[in-house]
Amino acid sequence: MAATVAPGERRLAARPSTWLVWAGMTAFGVFLLGILVAVVVDSFGRQWFATWLPEGFTTDRYAEAWDRFSLGEVVGVTVGVALLVVVISVLVGVPAAYVLARREFPGKRVVMLLFLLPVLMPPITYGIPLATVMYSFGLGRTLTAVVLVNLVPSVPFVILTMTPFIEQINPAIESAARMCGARTRQVFTRVLAPLLVPGILAAGILVLVRTVGLFELTFLVSGPGSDTLVVAIYRGMTAAGGGEARQLISAMSVIYTATMLAMLVVALRFVNPTQLVAQVKEARDDD
Amino acid sequence: MTSRTGGAQRSTASLRHRLAERGIDPTLLLLVPGLVVAVALFVYPFSYGIGLTVQPTAAMQEQWGGGVFANYVAFFRDPFVFDSIGITMRLALPAALFNVLASIPVAMVLRHRFRGKRLLTSLLVLPITLGTVLTAQGLLIFAGRQGWLNRALLQAGLIDEPLQLVNNYLGVMFSLVITGFPFAFLLISSYLSGIDPSLEQAARTLGAGWWQRFRRIVLPLLAPGLATTFVLTFVLAFSVFPSARLVGDAMGSTRVMSLMAFRAFGEQNDYAMASTIALMMGAVELLVVVAVLGLRSLLYRGTTGGKG
Amino acid sequence: MSAFESLELRGVGRRFGGVDALAGLDLTIRAGEFVALLGPSGCGKSTALNCLAGLLPLTHGEILLDGRRIDTLPPERRGFGMVFQSYALFPHLSVEKNVAFGLQMQGVPRAETDRRVRAAIELVKLGEHARKLPGQLSGGQQQRVAIARAVVLEPSLVLMDEPLSNLDAKLRLDMRTEIRRLHQSLGLTTIYVTHDQEEALSLADRLVVMREGRVQQVGTPDELYESPTSWYVADFMGYRNILPATVVSASGGEAVVELPGTGGADGVRLTGRAVGALRAGDSVRVAVRPEDFVVAGPGAAADGGAGAIGGAVAVVEYHGREHAVSVQAGDVMLHARSATPPVVGGAVRLTAPVERVLVFPESLDAPVPQEVAA
Repeated sequence: MAATVAPGERRLAARPSTWLVWAGMTAFGVFLLGILVAVVVDSFGRQWFATWLPEGFTTDRYAEAWDRFSLGEVVGVTVGVALLVVVISVLVGVPAAYVLARREFPGKRVVMLLFLLPVLMPPITYGIPLATVMYSFGLGRTLTAVVLVNLVPSVPFVILTMTPFIEQINPAIESAARMCGARTRQVFTRVLAPLLVPGILAAGILVLVRTVGLFELTFLVSGPGSDTLVVAIYRGMTAAGGGEARQLISAMSVIYTATMLAMLVVALRFVNPTQLVAQVKEARDDD
Repeated sequence: MTSRTGGAQRSTASLRHRLAERGIDPTLLLLVPGLVVAVALFVYPFSYGIGLTVQPTAAMQEQWGGGVFANYVAFFRDPFVFDSIGITMRLALPAALFNVLASIPVAMVLRHRFRGKRLLTSLLVLPITLGTVLTAQGLLIFAGRQGWLNRALLQAGLIDEPLQLVNNYLGVMFSLVITGFPFAFLLISSYLSGIDPSLEQAARTLGAGWWQRFRRIVLPLLAPGLATTFVLTFVLAFSVFPSARLVGDAMGSTRVMSLMAFRAFGEQNDYAMASTIALMMGAVELLVVVAVLGLRSLLYRGTTGGKG
Repeated sequence: MSAFESLELRGVGRRFGGVDALAGLDLTIRAGEFVALLGPSGCGKSTALNCLAGLLPLTHGEILLDGRRIDTLPPERRGFGMVFQSYALFPHLSVEKNVAFGLQMQGVPRAETDRRVRAAIELVKLGEHARKLPGQLSGGQQQRVAIARAVVLEPSLVLMDEPLSNLDAKLRLDMRTEIRRLHQSLGLTTIYVTHDQEEALSLADRLVVMREGRVQQVGTPDELYESPTSWYVADFMGYRNILPATVVSASGGEAVVELPGTGGADGVRLTGRAVGALRAGDSVRVAVRPEDFVVAGPGAAADGGAGAIGGAVAVVEYHGREHAVSVQAGDVMLHARSATPPVVGGAVRLTAPVERVLVFPESLDAPVPQEVAA
């Protein structure tokens, strides 16, 4: 037997640990699928108490939830706010990331810290003073306020992900463009922009997902007409009198997940987040 | 050895050039929109919030004394509020630690190429799309007293009566792991992919077994990344709010700081006290973050493994 | 072609954080000339090139093109072409689009752009790769694209920053010939930065040897090779044996020196050609090329040459037609060449003609006699 196990350590040692990992992953997967399927089944169920499955199935809950929580408007607000936040954070964040990646200037560390803090702080910490300011400016419960509060973590997020991405792009490429006669604007539009697209896409997708899922900040300043889906679900679950019927909430949750999944599936066709770092590395090896 | 020019030689560079030497040129203007956002939406409200904390309501001053610092006195003296620090820590620290430690072996195994890797990675990323609120709803149904999990365990004869898995500490912990683990996994995977595999191969030729390779090569290179990941997952877990309310015991074992802050903000409309709790929350969190990052620089002084 | 009469650098310097990366560079470049800036890393040669390109601002001096000051212009308005060490090709553009980029920036009409791009790609023999992305090409091919991209604009000056240092040895030789061919056929004025003395000698019409931000010597390859003005330049020009010594006596352009540590109480005495004014007692460096040493048996008499150093053969390397011989003489290791391989460990004597032994003052900071006017 010993003769067949050439690299002995692999069989003896690597196996139990690998099995343990797979067992843990399976448990995680069971929980995950259980949660997801339970919500989906519940949303289609008529009555579901002490049985494995509901007594019957219906799609009525969706229509009911759609009307009751005016989900058309809520979904519109959610997607609109998310896209707006993505566009603004990219437009504001990418130029700042460029400066941080390429330049040394007095006070750079302070600026870096300023952009790092909102990511490191719990959202409630700055969310409550920020919401207070929003209300005192009469922006409470408005869409403007919802977009503005979402920018606080999103802009630094774009800056922090794009800075290393830009650092990986050989600065000589920009010099080469200049030597070819390109002006500053042309260097940005003709050379940098196409090179930055993968990074911008990745950062944009992550901001999109975060914004749709971000509860705390939106919750503090939104109100009827400016609630996003997560906030609407939370309000439904915690409404006075024990909350809305469970199935309605489930239906709403399924709509939420479907929206999010649809966006993410589209997004993942462009980038694989775990490869973000590796891709950049390969790109560097190429040049 | 460097040659130096005498003082007599005058610079012919224009002021613009000389400023550019110090890094000040029109390119810096690109930073302005980002700074405006940071100052208007973060620095200003934050300072405003600090100002608010020393403007306590009359009721607060009467109840707790301490003049303008009544809110702080209330924070430290009122056990209902003060104990929330410990409650938050008891949730956030173990959750963050678990997420980081569990991610290491998973990331190590998933690092190799195999069929279905992309599917598995996507599955791990899935919870990020679920969000805390949906996870809470799902946990209530799936792990509730009449949920599938308890049913399966009962049927298998492992337990005699349903386990209480939600509406308590455990429920929030489940929720924190389900949302936090994929995040930690993604980060650690990317740090791991930044470690040159030939380092491990080199260690192998020098006779190191898998544990020695992990302990002596991978772990030290991964350590800074682990610290960063821990900090970020901790921040996520520390600000736990919806799940503490929805799948926890909001008035008992999961009475976290963010709930206290929101109670003062949304239910009592005491913005000054709400800001006080919020700021204290930030202070406690920063303390942990600084401690972890300090530990990191103490333990490891080399280059980061993640970025080669 | 936007030709010029002369490009003049007057006292060009760049000082940053109290350190001179480049100081007092005076140089006049005539149209059509191929000038190489030579020196080790950190000597200021790349700084000089980037200042010329406009990628780094000057802190001192000025650059004049036919008397017109250009150092205040941004790089894109100087009309120079540049080839980078890392190639710096636009990774998202195909070969032809990389080459066409500059013409598009100038607003050259479509038809003319196409024609010139095709000609430039043919010139560097990449016709069949025109539609490929840079990532699909080998290092040598990428560098050819970079050269085509620079010359397609017919710039008044081409700047090359160590363009061959990322290539392997054989490709480097091929590309060297290629660059020389292009320069001869197009007649483009070229400034070429390198740390490789062979590259500089074979390509350039004129060499500028730099050290710590300052020029050490300017001259034709022949002048530098035969008459270096300092041991630093000699070191670059293949004088592999650079030995510290003390002057015993000096007269009539010749100096007798003592080499400490080469055996005997005061070391061996050698006679050599003095470069610059030397007096007895001066600390000097003696420079001898390996090929100028004659390896002789221990019994051979000193035949009226510079003197002889006795030692033992330590290493013999086969170099095809000849052998590289390392000789341990006391504490000093000497390098020589020999047609026949001596026995390792055997005793030998090294001699050299007086005019092939150069004696330089030790100090490099002293003003260097500029024998050759730039």
